[in-house]
Amino acid sequence: MTQLVVFSVLNGLVFGLLLFMLSSGLTLIFGMMGVLNFAHASFYMLGAYFAYTLGLRLGFWPALLLAPLLVGLLGALVERHGLRRVHRFGHVAELIFTFGVAILIEEIVQLVWGRPAKSYEVPAALDFPLFHLFGSAFPAYKAFMLVVAVAIFLFIAAILTRTRAGLIIQASLTHPSMVAMLGHNVPRVFMIVFGIGCGLAAVAGVIAGPVLGTFPGMAQVLGSVVFVVVVVGGLGSLSGAFVASLLIGLVQTFAVALNISVGNVLMAVGVPATASAALHDVWKVTIAQVAPIMPYLLLVLVLMVRPSGLFGTRET
Amino acid sequence: MSRVRPVVTLALTLAVVAWLAPAATPADPIKIAYIDPLSGPFAATGENGLNQFKYAADAINKAGGVLGRQLEIVPLDNKVSPQESLIQLKKVIGDGIPFVFQGNSSGVAHAISDAVQKHNERNAGNRVLYLNYSAVDPALTNEKCHYWHFRFDAHADMKMAALTDVIAANKAIKKMYVIGQDYSFGKAVAEAAVSMLGKKRPDIQIVGNELHPIGKVKDFSPYVQKIVAAGADAVITGNWGADMIGLAKAANDGGLKVPFYTYYAASDGVTAAIGAAGIDRIRLVHESHPGNPNAPKALGDYITGYRKLHPQNDVNQPRIHTGLNMLAQAIKKAGSTDVDRVAQALEGMEYSNLSGDQVIMRREDHQLQMPIYISVHTNKNIKYDLDASGFGLSLESKVDRDKATQPSTCKMQRPS
Repeated sequence: MTQLVVFSVLNGLVFGLLLFMLSSGLTLIFGMMGVLNFAHASFYMLGAYFAYTLGLRLGFWPALLLAPLLVGLLGALVERHGLRRVHRFGHVAELIFTFGVAILIEEIVQLVWGRPAKSYEVPAALDFPLFHLFGSAFPAYKAFMLVVAVAIFLFIAAILTRTRAGLIIQASLTHPSMVAMLGHNVPRVFMIVFGIGCGLAAVAGVIAGPVLGTFPGMAQVLGSVVFVVVVVGGLGSLSGAFVASLLIGLVQTFAVALNISVGNVLMAVGVPATASAALHDVWKVTIAQVAPIMPYLLLVLVLMVRPSGLFGTRET
Repeated sequence: MSRVRPVVTLALTLAVVAWLAPAATPADPIKIAYIDPLSGPFAATGENGLNQFKYAADAINKAGGVLGRQLEIVPLDNKVSPQESLIQLKKVIGDGIPFVFQGNSSGVAHAISDAVQKHNERNAGNRVLYLNYSAVDPALTNEKCHYWHFRFDAHADMKMAALTDVIAANKAIKKMYVIGQDYSFGKAVAEAAVSMLGKKRPDIQIVGNELHPIGKVKDFSPYVQKIVAAGADAVITGNWGADMIGLAKAANDGGLKVPFYTYYAASDGVTAAIGAAGIDRIRLVHESHPGNPNAPKALGDYITGYRKLHPQNDVNQPRIHTGLNMLAQAIKKAGSTDVDRVAQALEGMEYSNLSGDQVIMRREDHQLQMPIYISVHTNKNIKYDLDASGFGLSLESKVDRDKATQPSTCKMQRPS
């Protein structure tokens, strides 16, 4: 039991922080530009594929640096030459545009790299178990993921709260026209934030690729959960995204670990067992079976109880 | 100038005619629909299946086709969704394509099977034949069986019987963990594992019986931790595609060193993902000789030819070759593509497949009767590796056709 709890916490943290890396960029873009960037997870996928290809030539470490830079640049270009033009037609046009970009990227990835999963592996330097506990191993690579994610959080938090650039970004979040009046180039700030956001997603891709698999469906698998994180955390709130990511990571991991059924839960809150055959199947469903839908349940709950999200300041 | 022009025009016209001529064959091609995932998390599996169909069809076409006509595979993407599959099936029927192959996901198979049965009952003149090359839920040839469905893969119970024989012989195994995808096939595997182990080795304790949503799990580490916590000595799983890759990767990372008994832990990126960690640990039950060691010559040549065209893909489903060739033979025997006559010809048909095995399409339930092979993941003596990874499958044991057979509860209704 102790083993299960300890490792569930660790795995929950790793997965949660991975979600955070992915959603930190999205929440900035979402909060600042009001753009629901459907292509965000696609940039995450591009990060993994770029790192895989670069890694074959240069090794993992240079790829870890170069792939996010390239993807960030690509993101900035997409904003500058695509999104900015679509911007004046309103949010619906932007939504459709990013949706199109997501499909485009997935198709391009399939054309260039093919459909089978790529054998993008953990670098040899980190391919060893960090420690053994109760008969399970904890891989060093996962510890590395934890460290990178926390470093990113501290880095962005420092930029946002301690630098002039951060001040302008924060001001653009809430008062874009005022910032523009003061002589700042708001479109350029948008472009830079979009680029950085995509770059952050790419970092997540580079790091998650070897663990979660590098295949054309990888964006689709994570795409929707990231939006849950952003909404639960609150629009544009970095700490919100951080807390929501960890929350979802832990909820999902523990839901898998628990061996209780819906019937047990209902019984615990005082609903008597039912003999009705129609409900029998629902009664027997275990929490583990419904684990992947837990984040969406959380999403619905948050929207009902606190529509601005945990740390958000404005309504979703 | 004006005199040159007509000459050039004539030459061009002739060239075009000459170029077109061979394409205008006397007969139209025989169209065969392929409904399987070509996008989404299981696209790699569907794409490789499609390539194998095209490769098998090319071989038949090069040898003169069927009844002087060429076979044409028509790929249709269903995203492993039953709803999408039914839309594609409508398209197939609308286009007058008489034959449908599908294999990935028994959930999809049930939807197509039901729809085909209903359609054929109501439209005697415009029937379609459902040829199932990979969906192995036993129900399809038992309580849900019908005349218009034929299965070319051994179903889950046939495979589980072979697998549990091997497990029963391993006295070191005391605690078994069963994990699978939450749909008809995953449930069938779990049920068969529990009931057959209960008979063959009542001393083995089932310490976990887990179902997870298909294609939705991002990280399998929590599941692996649960397996470790349960103290399992071995794991049975029917996972395939991205779900098998995820499970294998998480098991490697989590230091889970127990043997895995699987249905689909090979090819399409799975073998590469398992790598060195799976040597002599991952076992696979399947319907064909794995190619190592000493592949039958026909199989070896077939694999070599395929790898030349698709260096990254494997012939992981030789049953595709079996299914398509049996269909071709049935069309020949029927003398037409008339679905009623082809179905009649398929019933009871015998065929010698790439592994050199004599297989037979059982009349009573339309389940192909075949030997079953059990192989192990290794890199020793591998001539035909998988995923171009240096790792591959090596034959451990073979269950003969007569032993691999399972009874059926099917009461086949034949059209009068």
